Amino acid sequence: MAQTSTPDARLDRLRGPVAPRRHNARTIAALTGNPGCTRRAVLDGAGVDKMKVAEHIGFPGRFGQSSFAIVRGNVFEARLKANEGAALVGLLGVDVPKYLDLSGGPKASNEERYSRTLEALRDNPDTLLDHPMLRLEVAGRRVYLEPDLVAFQLDNRYHVVEIKSFPVIDEQADPGKVSAAATQAAVYVLALREALAEAGRDPETVSHHVLLVCPKDFSNQPVSSMIDVRRQLSVLRRQLSRMARIDQLLDTLPDGLTFDLEAGDDGEPARDPEALTADIEAVPARYAPDCLATCELSFFCRAEARTSTAVLGRSVREELGGIEDVQTVLALAHGTIEPTPDQAEAAVLLQAAYRLRAELVP
Amino acid sequence: MSTLTALAKAQAVAAGRAQPIATVRHAHISDMPLVFIPLTMAGEANAPLAVMVGTDEDRPELLIVPQPRDRGLRFDFAARLAEILLPYAEGFCSATEAVPTDRKRDVRYRYLDAPQIIVPAPAGIGFVRLFGRSTRFRRTDGDYPVLPTVPLLGRWLTFFADRAEQPGSSMLLSLTEMLSAHWATGQSGHEDAHLGSLVNWIAPPPGMSGAKAARLAEDPEVCPPAGPATDPGFDNDVLGPAMEIYRAASEGDDPEAERAAYRELEDLLRGQLAPTWELMWRGLRVMRSMPPGASVEARWAQDRDVFSDFSLYVQGGGAPQARRDGAVAAATRLHKLERAGQSYAIERAFDDPLIMAEHRLGGEAFVGEVTLSKPDRVDDTGKRPVLRPRIQVVTTDPVLFPEGTTLVSPSKPQQKGRVIFVTPVEDGGKTEVVLELSGGMGRGLRAPAGSVPEVGERITYTSLSLGYAPPGTFPSREETPWTHGGPPQYSIADDPLDQGDHAATEDWS
Ligand code: SF4
Repeated sequence: MAQTSTPDARLDRLRGPVAPRRHNARTIAALTGNPGCTRRAVLDGAGVDKMKVAEHIGFPGRFGQSSFAIVRGNVFEARLKANEGAALVGLLGVDVPKYLDLSGGPKASNEERYSRTLEALRDNPDTLLDHPMLRLEVAGRRVYLEPDLVAFQLDNRYHVVEIKSFPVIDEQADPGKVSAAATQAAVYVLALREALAEAGRDPETVSHHVLLVCPKDFSNQPVSSMIDVRRQLSVLRRQLSRMARIDQLLDTLPDGLTFDLEAGDDGEPARDPEALTADIEAVPARYAPDCLATCELSFFCRAEARTSTAVLGRSVREELGGIEDVQTVLALAHGTIEPTPDQAEAAVLLQAAYRLRAELVP
Repeated sequence: MSTLTALAKAQAVAAGRAQPIATVRHAHISDMPLVFIPLTMAGEANAPLAVMVGTDEDRPELLIVPQPRDRGLRFDFAARLAEILLPYAEGFCSATEAVPTDRKRDVRYRYLDAPQIIVPAPAGIGFVRLFGRSTRFRRTDGDYPVLPTVPLLGRWLTFFADRAEQPGSSMLLSLTEMLSAHWATGQSGHEDAHLGSLVNWIAPPPGMSGAKAARLAEDPEVCPPAGPATDPGFDNDVLGPAMEIYRAASEGDDPEAERAAYRELEDLLRGQLAPTWELMWRGLRVMRSMPPGASVEARWAQDRDVFSDFSLYVQGGGAPQARRDGAVAAATRLHKLERAGQSYAIERAFDDPLIMAEHRLGGEAFVGEVTLSKPDRVDDTGKRPVLRPRIQVVTTDPVLFPEGTTLVSPSKPQQKGRVIFVTPVEDGGKTEVVLELSGGMGRGLRAPAGSVPEVGERITYTSLSLGYAPPGTFPSREETPWTHGGPPQYSIADDPLDQGDHAATEDWS
């Protein structure tokens, strides 16, 4: 790839003449899912529609969301925000702050809404800011984000409020859902800190404690809990700074790669799927079973990794002495190949395990 | 994950077929298990959508909730479920056996058999717990009265969900967990949580590899999710519109149209559940085909004990279980669960040479052949002569025990073997171990036939022990400071202002 172009231009070339896929808090949170994967960093950095890529190369992912869940989420959020956020104000126990809706009508551009948000942050400290617009830089590109709400609390710190529709039953909630919500909220915390800095205020007035508001038990009544997102923040920062240095990753890739999905006459991407597959394969991946829940390309990467111990999961690979290839594991276990010095220890254990299984499994 | 299981997974990848990691079955499988497959509505808090349930593979019963957001319909559903589940559980409350207690000075009675519920996956256990939680506090009077069977169902479901936390209990089991404890597939644990995929790795259709069949089963069109979560594609394209038609029909005045819309919903949901129903029975057949481990029956007897106690409690009008345990109750419970977990792990190793092999690999056990045996050796150095036979075992397993360690053999759990000498043999990586035996040989100075391992016998010795572990001591509730859940607390059921009543009026919309 030409060394002279800017990372932006190089990413645009990788994506081809289609609009970049827009990020939101969920997709940015997903970036932290497999931070070691170059394939993902490059495709996300370039704003390539991974879902479409996966479909086009014959490995469609399954990332649908039930409309029932969407409806329920919207209803719950609307109830909380009705009457200038009366229910929320009651729940937060704050001394009735002002409420400001920053959505600014259907015509408002992202930039306009962003500057209105900055203004509000400067001028209205005691305000529940609804529909604020924030932004974050991802791989050198500005991404606009809409948190559910930003509240200004009594302790003089901003708190991000994240409204979710999964229930908290007897003070307990699904840990997977809570942690996903925490990562998304961390995206907003980061973006809010940048906005405050830009508004000339101390970014550290944004608390790393976010307020998660969920339905209580089996009802529609809200309940709030404080969650500490420091860990999520540091993971996120690390991955964003890695994305910011994307040109270093691009330098390692062969020239002429493209993930162009421009539609042909039939509305489908015109690119030959095999050529696209070859270009995807040229970018190194690091498949792990977690990908299945977080990345649209996971079925492809899993198939590509099918002879690798990676498909079995991290802890299995560790038990196999970190050896990458299933056939190597078995050959070492059978004693049909000589272990390299760093395989020696694993080989002893594998051979012992193999003997035991041979003795006991009919 | 042990190296042995990890290797089995690698072998499964190569073979395209799941590999056994147990040689016996470590769970009880009832002759009449109740297979229970719940589905919930996406986005709602455990709102039942449908359940397929029954004890007969050929006669599944289907219950549906045509409008899961409607609280009235949810409680109709709970009442109908109670009509299936309560008679099932109560059906076991008949024949009893006497069990001696208090060192045979007393007896108590327990039922000869007990109910067993099998759900597809751990999330199904979560459904049982939450549905129990949402029904057990319901009132039969007041603003939203329900049938008396509804809170009763709640108590039973809560009981089952609590039992499911007890390691080694077989009262409420998830099939994926049970199968994964006995088979290693060539995929990750994440994928093993998919029942269709797991069962197909283990028992693929004829002429197909397990790996291939498992991949096909991942397609929700081929094999819908085993629940409680439904396939979003089904929700959006099929269920949503059909519910809408039902809603419109139920608001109109054409009862025939309403019945037709209801039947349509039933058919659609049956279509989603039937493949899982088939998988459940296929998986159960796999489990049944394995011989039970030696201690399975004793663990099931404990289940029967607990079941007998709980049915008495319920028959006596027992209050619903508290929303959450107090601190002491929680600590006691945790301690009990830990102990149960430890003994279950050891019992499995004693019952199953393939699980014992994990301990052999870790140097906590060895298997060898008895090459010398002096069954009548008497130690007369003490005040009284005592019978202390010695045996020599030759093994190829690594022996890491220092001399003086006390070992036990699963085939003779009453007998202890003290390690006297450990001598590596020059050729071929073998080790000679001399053990001195005590216990399990009667009181005389001659060992009864068969009580001392004989020359030529293959035998296992391990440092794991099934020995008695003393129960932990915790302060009584009266002695516990209130900060840790002590006295100023009363049962939810006693307090009309607390959750009991609140729950009865809980807004379910
Ligand atoms: S699925 Fe593939 S591209 Fe996506 S994160 Fe995993 S390895 Fe990387």
